[in-house]
Amino acid sequence: MKEIAGNTIISSLTTQFEAFEKQLNGQSKSAVHQVRRAALAQLQTAGLPAARDEEYKFTNLTRALVKNIDFDKSAPAFALESEAIEGVQVEGLDAYKLIFLNGEYNESLSDTISVDGLTVLPFQTALKEKQETVEQYFGKNAALESDPFIAMNTAFSMNGVFIEIADKVVVDKPIALYFIGDSANAQLSYQIRNLVVAGKFTQATIIEKFDTVGGHESFTNVVNEFSVDHNAHIQYFKIENDSDKAYHVSNTYASQEGSSNFTANTIALNGAMVRNNLNIRLDGEGCESHMNGLYVLKGKTHVDNHTVVDHVKANSYSNELYKGIMDDKSRGVFNGKIFVRQDAQKTNAFQSNKNVLLSDNATINTKPQLEIWADDVKCSHGCTTGQLDQDALFYLQARGIQKEKARAILLRAFASDVLENIDNEAIKNYLEAIITERLEA
Amino acid sequence: MSNDDQILEEFTSKEYEFGWTVDLEADEAPKGLNEDIVRFISAKKDEPQWLLEWRLDAFKKWKEMKEPTWPNVHYPKIDYQDIKYYSAPKKGAAPKSLDEVDPELIATFEKLGISLTEQKRLTGVAVDAVIDSVSVATTFKDTLAELGIIFCSFSEAVKDHPELIRKHMGSVVPVNDNYFAALNSAVFSDGSFAYIPKGVRCPMELSTYFRINAANTGQFERTLIVAEEGSYVSYLEGCTAPQRDENQLHAAVVEIKAATNAEVKYSTVQNWFPGDKNGKGGIYNFVTKRGICEGDHSKISWTQVETGSAVTWKYPSCILKGDYSVGEFYSVAVTNNYQQADTGTKMIHIGKNTKSRIVSKGISAGKSQNSYRGQVQVMKRADNARNHSQCDSLLMGDQCGAHTFPYIDIENQSAQVEHEATTSKIGEDQIFYCQQRGIDEESAVALIVNGYAKEVLKQLPMEFAVEAQKLLALTLEGSVG
Repeated sequence: MKEIAGNTIISSLTTQFEAFEKQLNGQSKSAVHQVRRAALAQLQTAGLPAARDEEYKFTNLTRALVKNIDFDKSAPAFALESEAIEGVQVEGLDAYKLIFLNGEYNESLSDTISVDGLTVLPFQTALKEKQETVEQYFGKNAALESDPFIAMNTAFSMNGVFIEIADKVVVDKPIALYFIGDSANAQLSYQIRNLVVAGKFTQATIIEKFDTVGGHESFTNVVNEFSVDHNAHIQYFKIENDSDKAYHVSNTYASQEGSSNFTANTIALNGAMVRNNLNIRLDGEGCESHMNGLYVLKGKTHVDNHTVVDHVKANSYSNELYKGIMDDKSRGVFNGKIFVRQDAQKTNAFQSNKNVLLSDNATINTKPQLEIWADDVKCSHGCTTGQLDQDALFYLQARGIQKEKARAILLRAFASDVLENIDNEAIKNYLEAIITERLEA
Repeated sequence: MSNDDQILEEFTSKEYEFGWTVDLEADEAPKGLNEDIVRFISAKKDEPQWLLEWRLDAFKKWKEMKEPTWPNVHYPKIDYQDIKYYSAPKKGAAPKSLDEVDPELIATFEKLGISLTEQKRLTGVAVDAVIDSVSVATTFKDTLAELGIIFCSFSEAVKDHPELIRKHMGSVVPVNDNYFAALNSAVFSDGSFAYIPKGVRCPMELSTYFRINAANTGQFERTLIVAEEGSYVSYLEGCTAPQRDENQLHAAVVEIKAATNAEVKYSTVQNWFPGDKNGKGGIYNFVTKRGICEGDHSKISWTQVETGSAVTWKYPSCILKGDYSVGEFYSVAVTNNYQQADTGTKMIHIGKNTKSRIVSKGISAGKSQNSYRGQVQVMKRADNARNHSQCDSLLMGDQCGAHTFPYIDIENQSAQVEHEATTSKIGEDQIFYCQQRGIDEESAVALIVNGYAKEVLKQLPMEFAVEAQKLLALTLEGSVG
């Protein structure tokens, strides 16, 4: 048999899967479980990303996981104080909040949501109560073959949230999902599976925040699937400001029907190695998608953002802006793909990636990619890497502003392009505070 | 749209202009590739032992390598045992002057419009003509020799200047660099060698004209240009191949070395047979081109106009090792019918204050696929590196594709790197504007495309600029509405 990458991890996972299957009792015959089995089989044959895998060229996640995470260990009990749980939440954010401790939904800490037409359930509850809808949408957007970590996640999909918004329902407040991990006493690893089904003419904002508290290594693997129906208006935030020893991989797959609008804001501020895959399929005419990304890195943090925008039908618009500031020995990776299929005439697609390196030990690898099969389109991408404008720095210094302070002002201005696009005051303030503090330190 | 369709039809039914063969008696190797063939080629060319060993070493490495699959091109698997690796026009003793050259051969060149005598007399271009792997005649050799410039076929250089060849060959593109470079190193038949001594500015453009004539032969030429301190040379390369049904393989290697203050300008107009309108036949053009700016303040500039070949796989690159060295890449790649091109460049910044510029213009029509693939790498100690890349694509018709794969890898904070790319079609408003002013649609398209490619075309030396513009106009006549 061919040697596959990460086979030690896969054999641990195979053992875990057998145990997992046993506790399912009657449910192992369900359609969802058949998908889980297929996912494990996929993982066993294809393996984790190999060292020379083009998609993971600059991010050797497999090696990092083999070295740092022991997949045989079971998750430790959650023992954090309530201050720690409060501490990681966004201040002043008026939202329906759901709290997940070490991956598991905690009912007592979470809000009870009663909005007509809105169903919010823990994923495993939804498997029973909303079986039909789950079966219809589960694994449809995030295909097993597209990423090994999707296969890994799908095989164990149990924790997470299921959100269904009935047609014409406008959700008045954002839904905030807090994933809090406790790695104070031992290593931690968990997987999250979220499924969001937004009906026609709906409006909602969903916020995801990941935090691990403690000094041990942690690994989180998240898959989000969004189905956005006609004329729906969905905003998604992912805020990741994890511990220095956190390995995090997320796959967010969205498909949009005609005239819908989807916005994804991906913010990465800390972690050991973070990989975000964002994949949007514009499957109807007149769709609009916006992708904003910001990564402000220091230490040895490694953040890899891969985005795919797939224009399938005509008359759609997509706009992508990712900005990064890299200091110390950090590394930023950006890979943005725009596909414009043959039928997607009159597409407008724009992509921009801008980076600033603050240290000679920092690295940026960027690859903005366009693949176009339709002729009547307007597509462009641009990317820049540079340092701060010396003239601007001098201008500020000449006016009595200290060099360090002047530098912070310019960097904040650089980052603000992305922050300005954020349509939620509390989140914007929260992020600005962190970034300002970081830059002035 | 019926008018457009008609124009499109006219365009797509255009046949390859240079499609004819001349019956030259060829001295060939049997089909297939093994150690004996490598020895056969080496023996045929009367090569010294070290070169034979070099070839055998390359062949050994090639056997262990795998054909790359990462380029964005698709073609049926090449049967490397079904190719003749050596084919030379039969001749007696080596020609001393043009008068001794086979008149039919001269006629071939005349048909191509590069008659040696004409060129010699009128244009002052020194031509090293290569037909099916053997350099036939080199013009102006004497004039150049007076300045100490060596410009001759590769095999002559092996005989006359073995020390230079031994020193520089394979130093920029190692034998095991990639699959096709290794293949070339094992079986290369001929090519050109240019050596510009210290402080000499080459007074004329050096030019090679390649042409694949015999059926089933691969063309594996090797070019080596060495520019010593403070020298300058402009080198031209042009390619055509007759129309044939089978696919022919062309795997060349070009190496350039530029010492301190030296400047090398390398221009290519590639017009290999692209296959017919159904995608049958055509040349597979898998070329490794690389230059190294070894000394400070040196400069290498690549200009290419790619209109031919069924499949192109080519990335002329610059290694900017010397401080203040400059690399440039200007490219126009046109694909039509079922052509596929995956081309671009690599700029590797190693020295301090190095600069590079990339301008790539892709034009796809018919059912073709056109890809730009490039890399800009700034190493850790390359302070103040500067790069600007611009790659634009123009799409004509809704069956073709344009792809961009730029890699930008920066490890130094003082680097300033910019990349921009756009994809669009010729605007109806632009055509309307021209038509309003009495310019018909056809001429308007030619005007706009020429304007679009101008930035690159103006980099070409005069002799080539004319040909390139003609080629562009020819290939794209009336392909847009």
